Parts: sequence; structure tokens; C-alpha cells
Amino acid sequence: MKYELDARRLLCPMPVIRTQNRVEELAPGDTLEVVCTDPGVVNDIPAWCRINGHRVLETREASGEITLLIEVGEA
Amino acid sequence: MTQQRKAVALISGGLDSLLAAKVMLEQGIHVEGINFFTGFCVEGHTHAIRKKDKAKPKRNNALWSAEQLGIKLHIIDIVEEYKDVLLNPKHGYGANMNPCLDCKIFMVQKALEWAEKKGFDFIITGEVIGQRPMSQRKDTMPVVARESGAQERLLRPLCAKNLSPTLPEREGWVSRDSLYGFSGRNRKPQMALAAEFGFEEYASPAGGCCFLTDEAYSRKLVDLWQGRGNREYEMDDIMLLKVGRHIRPAPHFKLIVSREEGENNFLMGYKKQFIHMYTTSHPGPMVLVDGEPAESDLLLAARIAARYSKGKMAERVTVEIHKPGEEPYSVEVEPLGPTELKDKWMI
Ligand code: SF4
Repeated sequence: MKYELDARRLLCPMPVIRTQNRVEELAPGDTLEVVCTDPGVVNDIPAWCRINGHRVLETREASGEITLLIEVGEA
Repeated sequence: MTQQRKAVALISGGLDSLLAAKVMLEQGIHVEGINFFTGFCVEGHTHAIRKKDKAKPKRNNALWSAEQLGIKLHIIDIVEEYKDVLLNPKHGYGANMNPCLDCKIFMVQKALEWAEKKGFDFIITGEVIGQRPMSQRKDTMPVVARESGAQERLLRPLCAKNLSPTLPEREGWVSRDSLYGFSGRNRKPQMALAAEFGFEEYASPAGGCCFLTDEAYSRKLVDLWQGRGNREYEMDDIMLLKVGRHIRPAPHFKLIVSREEGENNFLMGYKKQFIHMYTTSHPGPMVLVDGEPAESDLLLAARIAARYSKGKMAERVTVEIHKPGEEPYSVEVEPLGPTELKDKWMI
């Protein structure tokens, strides 16, 4: 299943926290697309994913918005 | 085979919590990290805001610590619950608005709740006796253990040898002999241990883990409360106190003046919520006005905005004033002179 999360206007670490709380509700193999505006997420969300066993499939940046596509790993 | 015991480690992003968790991993304990976001944490924000910092790669030190350790990290948003800790600290404040002892008790208590829910056996922190004047003293260590409810399930691997044995030590889950007896403000033993474990480039925050230990920040927070006549605050308030110059010409309003482009952009994000203004005849800062200014106050604010613009030596400067939901209008003002801008206005 594909899910989306709007984390725009939030500053780190809030986008990471929102991502974490959302991923907790998802199943392995699901994907979550997170849209953010704080440039810090480019480091923080991938770091959070590496630590917790999830994968960042794609990172896009356009007109001040950063979109990360995450694949949920095994718990 | 004996059961592998599980510990939840309070991870601040600093060296001490990193070491404490590592010491447990070395003893074969399953460790996961927990990090609390109060809204006042030094992590992140300001780096993201100020342009000059953007060039430097920014990292979240708690995440970095967890990655070095190879453990999971759970970041918990405690912004709302933390308000009561900050506003009504039973044990009072430290040198500034930092309620460190109550804060520690609260965090350990939250970690305990988490541990019980997830089936973890004990809690560890990187506390060292004598390291911090308020929360890390020999006499406050038992207070944290007691008032958090963690009691004997709270282990401080870096100074355990100076304290009575805790449950994990008595049960033999960890060996007391392999724990440490650090004390005092001397950082050398920690640095030596870091070298032994091969940790480099760890963060070493000077004052504490949050803005509340910062004098200038605390002053702005108290001023905000006084200006409003109550001590309520929201996330936006906390954020705005980290940004720009804060100037209060009268009790009922204050200005937030950006100092550079990064802050300018950040303050722009608040233009729908606040009266704001900027100079149009000359390049200048973005200015937010907080409070309940009268029309004459806005003229003074415009003169201050002009003072911080490139037109500060000009005779007249044009300032555009925006009120949320109204048509913007322009005023022509004389920039405030250097002696007219009073020191006591500066928060
Ligand atoms: S410095 Fe801030 S976060 Fe750290 S213990 Fe004190 S009040 Fe809590």
C-alpha cells in the first residue's frame, strides 16, 4: 500500500517524529511519501531509516519542497 | 541459555549518553535509544534557519549517536506535556529557566512507561555525578530514581561505582566491575573511553542540551510571558524566540527583526499570523510585530525597521505594513536615530 504524509512547515526533528509515528502503523513493504520543507530532513530522515531498518527509495527536491519515498522494513 | 536483558537508553546526542549505551552493549545487553523532543532542544532548528549555517552539513546528534551504536532510536514528542515541567518545576530552576532536575525526572519517568510497555528491563542514562550543578549531584541522583518511579531499574553506567548497586547489578544482568566511577566536571575520562571505543567527532554541547540553559533565550522567554500577562506558549513562540533581534519598545508589543536572509525567509513563514513590515525604498529586514500595537506604535516600529535597513542614513524611508487579512499600506518615516533606539528595549 502507498501512503502520504505532509510534513511541510515543520522543523526538524518534527518531520522525523511524524514519519516515525506514521511508519509504526504501516506494514513491511508499504511505502510512505513524505513531503517536507526543512532541508534538515535530507540528513535526518535517511539516518532514521538506516537505524530503524527502513529504506529511502527516492529523494526529490523541487521549489523548496523535499519529497522522500520510504519503504517500510521488517519491524 | 540466559535470557538477553533489554535496556532503554536516554540518548541526548552528547558524548555521555553515547558512552553509557556503548558500555551496556559491550556487556551483551540489548539496547534501544529514546530521545525526547521538548521544543527547546538545541538540535536542528537554528541551523536550519540561519543561512550561514546552511553550508555546514547539519546532523541530528541523537540519530548520529544511535547510528554509531547500531541501535534503534525512538524520538518522542513531549512538547505539550513538557509545559507543566517548565511552568511548575517542583525543584525550581537552574541558573536560567532550565528546570533540569524536574526535566530529568520527567524523562526517566517517560522512559519507564515506554520500557514497561515494550517489555524492557531497565533504563540507563549518561549521568555523571558532579557533571552538572543542578541535576547531576550525588544528592539528586536518588531523587531522580525515586521520583521518576524507576527506582532500582535506573542504572548510570558511567558513575555506577559511586552509587549503590541497582537491580541489574544485583541480579547479575550486568557486571558492576565493568561499570565506571566517573565524577566531577573533568571530561578526560570520558574522552579516553571514547577513544577506546573508537568514537570520533562526537558532539560536546557546552552548557546543556537545551535552550533553557541559555541566558539570552531565557530572558526572551520571561519577557514573552510578562508581555502577555500569562505563561502560556505554543511551539511557534518557542521557535520565534530563537530567531532575530527582539525589541520591546513598550509592554504591549515587541518586534522581531531578522538579521540575515535565512531568518528573513523563516519569518516570512509567519506573515499570515502576525502584523509584519519591511522597507520598500531600501533593502532591509523582515519585521514581525507581536502583541497589540496601536497605530502610533506601528509608526515607531516602522522607524525601527528603517533603522535596520540600508536606508538608515536616509532622510525618509518607505515601509510597507501588512496586517493579517487587510490591504497592505505604506508609510514614509524617518529612521530612528542611534540614540533614540534605547538599550532597555533590547531583549
Ligand atoms: S538542559 Fe534542558 S533538556 Fe537538559 S536536563 Fe536541563 S532542562 Fe532538561
